[in-house]
Amino acid sequence: MVMILGVDPVLVLGGTVAVALFGMLAGLVFMGIERKFAARMQARIGPPIRQPFRDVAKLLSKDSIVPENAIPCLFNMAPVLALASSIVILLYIPLGGFLPVLAGYGDLILVMYLLTVPALALVAGGFASGSPYATVGSQREMVTMMSYELPLAIAVIAIAWRLAAAGIADPFSLATIAGTASGITIWSVVGPLGIIGCVLLLIVLTWVTPAELSRVPCDTPEAETELCGGLLVEYSGRNLALFYLAQGVKTVAMAALAVALFLPWNISWFVALSPNAALAADFAFFLLKILAVIFFSVSVIRVGMARFRITHVVSIYWGYLGGLGLLGLVFMVLDAYIGGGGVL
Amino acid sequence: MSENKKIGSTYSIPIGPVHPALKEPILFTFKMNGELVEEVDFAPGECHRGIEWMGMRRNPVQIVHLTDRICGICGVSHSLAFARAVEQIAEIEVPERAHYVRTIIAEYERLQSHLLWAGVAAHELGFDTLFFLAWRVREESMDVIEYLTGNRVNYGIVQVGGVRRDFTEDQFPRIEASLKYYEDVAGKLLNLFLEDRTIQMRCKNTGVMSEKEALELCTVGPTARASGLAMDVRYDSPYAAYGDLDFTPVLPHQYLGLTNGDVYDRIVVRLLEVVQSVDLIRQCLENMPSGEVLWEKKYPKILAACKKATGEAVGRIEAPRGECLHYVRMDGNTNPQCWKVKASTYSNQMSWLNMLKGEQIADIPIVVASIDPCMSCTDRVAVVHGERTDILTKADLHRLSVEKTRRLAQWS
Repeated sequence: MVMILGVDPVLVLGGTVAVALFGMLAGLVFMGIERKFAARMQARIGPPIRQPFRDVAKLLSKDSIVPENAIPCLFNMAPVLALASSIVILLYIPLGGFLPVLAGYGDLILVMYLLTVPALALVAGGFASGSPYATVGSQREMVTMMSYELPLAIAVIAIAWRLAAAGIADPFSLATIAGTASGITIWSVVGPLGIIGCVLLLIVLTWVTPAELSRVPCDTPEAETELCGGLLVEYSGRNLALFYLAQGVKTVAMAALAVALFLPWNISWFVALSPNAALAADFAFFLLKILAVIFFSVSVIRVGMARFRITHVVSIYWGYLGGLGLLGLVFMVLDAYIGGGGVL
Repeated sequence: MSENKKIGSTYSIPIGPVHPALKEPILFTFKMNGELVEEVDFAPGECHRGIEWMGMRRNPVQIVHLTDRICGICGVSHSLAFARAVEQIAEIEVPERAHYVRTIIAEYERLQSHLLWAGVAAHELGFDTLFFLAWRVREESMDVIEYLTGNRVNYGIVQVGGVRRDFTEDQFPRIEASLKYYEDVAGKLLNLFLEDRTIQMRCKNTGVMSEKEALELCTVGPTARASGLAMDVRYDSPYAAYGDLDFTPVLPHQYLGLTNGDVYDRIVVRLLEVVQSVDLIRQCLENMPSGEVLWEKKYPKILAACKKATGEAVGRIEAPRGECLHYVRMDGNTNPQCWKVKASTYSNQMSWLNMLKGEQIADIPIVVASIDPCMSCTDRVAVVHGERTDILTKADLHRLSVEKTRRLAQWS
């Protein structure tokens, strides 16, 4: 076996291609199902589940127009960057019973950084569009990013810190957090206080998801009725299709992160199965969990609310959700000291 | 970035003539400072179709159907206002029952218009669930309008001298069923629109217009009432059957206890008027007199009466958006010598300038929508000769109107 820099290139390349394909396919399927959910809740029939595939196919067959005022290289690079970085996030997150492709090369902190890259690509593309709508959209996207980073960081750090306090090695590795190999999760570590803390952090993450994905009520950067699509207003054809795919992959990545942090259970932990059957069952269950996360944090929230103003986004995410996250963190700390997590 | 040239810290954003926030074409130019609006200017006139020009080459019986087409939402308002103007000139007496039929259909129009607006407002706020709900509720009134007049839009029911169709006793159960439906659903609608946290966050203290401003800017209809001005043509100078009905203008303090004059108050007023319309239709059904619904069944006789008539008159009615005014002048010919339409948005649109100043970009769509603008009603002028654009000042307009008045005076 040829090894380059300690990595088996065949495994990594094969895994990357597989994850990329899975991310794009699953992203589109989940977006289709999500639209169906939302439509049913709004007493509509909604488009067929394969609609996102049709949209992408149609967009790919159309011309990509670059506006006169745009900076072409940046304008064309942004969608590629957004899609690529969204796929890279998936490489670090365990998918069901599968360990992350790049397990051991990056941890939760890296994932948090990577999560900002698709958003930054959007911002760059928006500024490069040379349209006032896109410029305003980009400014809003940056403000939104700054707003949800604090609650997201609190939720993520609190979980990892609690695992560390329980004496688990390598607590920031997502494989450890998801317990893919060990079967130890945050829920089996914490006591009653910690469970309250975990639930609070789960709520925080549920609310961070729509902001991360720019969905109502946090779709201010795109805001159809205000900015006619904001960041994306000048994008068309292939470039728009790439952003669309990136959005799908990012949806899966965000949901997979929530699953890894808070809903890590696998079927094979409870039922004895042959290794292959276990992988299949775990993966199917993983998809189901992703669907549940998308349903609650995207569909339900977006159906039940009006769009925030950008100032509301800041005050709500810094104030309310930041506060809620800190409260969750306090519960976790108390739990660690009471529950004998005195290793630190 | 030609559009986005930074001058100091401000930049300008065009909204329109076609934009998702606008349901009809109009051009807004905003001078922005970050997310805040510093200056607003708007240019209507993108939607002129020359209906008055067409009308002045037709006779009143034809025009009354043309008026249906001025606006897709308030068709009855325009035809009613026009018919009232012509009836006054030709001294045609409208039968009592026709007044009631006109009132019922006008109130149904108000129902569907206000619910349509409520849906649009929800959509502007990004609350699509409420938008779908409001439009589903609206469907009921559209169905009843179709059941009664045969058409969902452009009802074609008003005629000079009365109405073209009677509402008979056997149709009343269907009307009653729809009124019952709206009574059941009204509480739910009020609750969904007015108690929702995000709507309150977005609408309270947004696009504020004080009572004084509303008066000075000559605003009309729900826009004026939401600022606390108790003005309603139906109440102030009753027409059709409104004189027989028991009601008072809807004001926000009746529901909230105080008047802020913000977007939230405009939602309150329109939703309460939905409730009021249900009550008015019920009163009409209870008191409906018997008799004919048209002054003269044979249209040539109506035409002959119009042809003989000379004089001028103003037909004023309360459209869903506010006062709608038609000025007609007849000089003994088949065609009117002059016909002038002034829709409610014409009076209300200047209030945008004050309302939008200091608001955020996010509030532009809802504030613009909050006066329920109807550009196709409003746009009365378009320059179609060449590329030249003229901007007329107040002095120019004054001079032009004096000249036109002199010209009209010479003709008669």
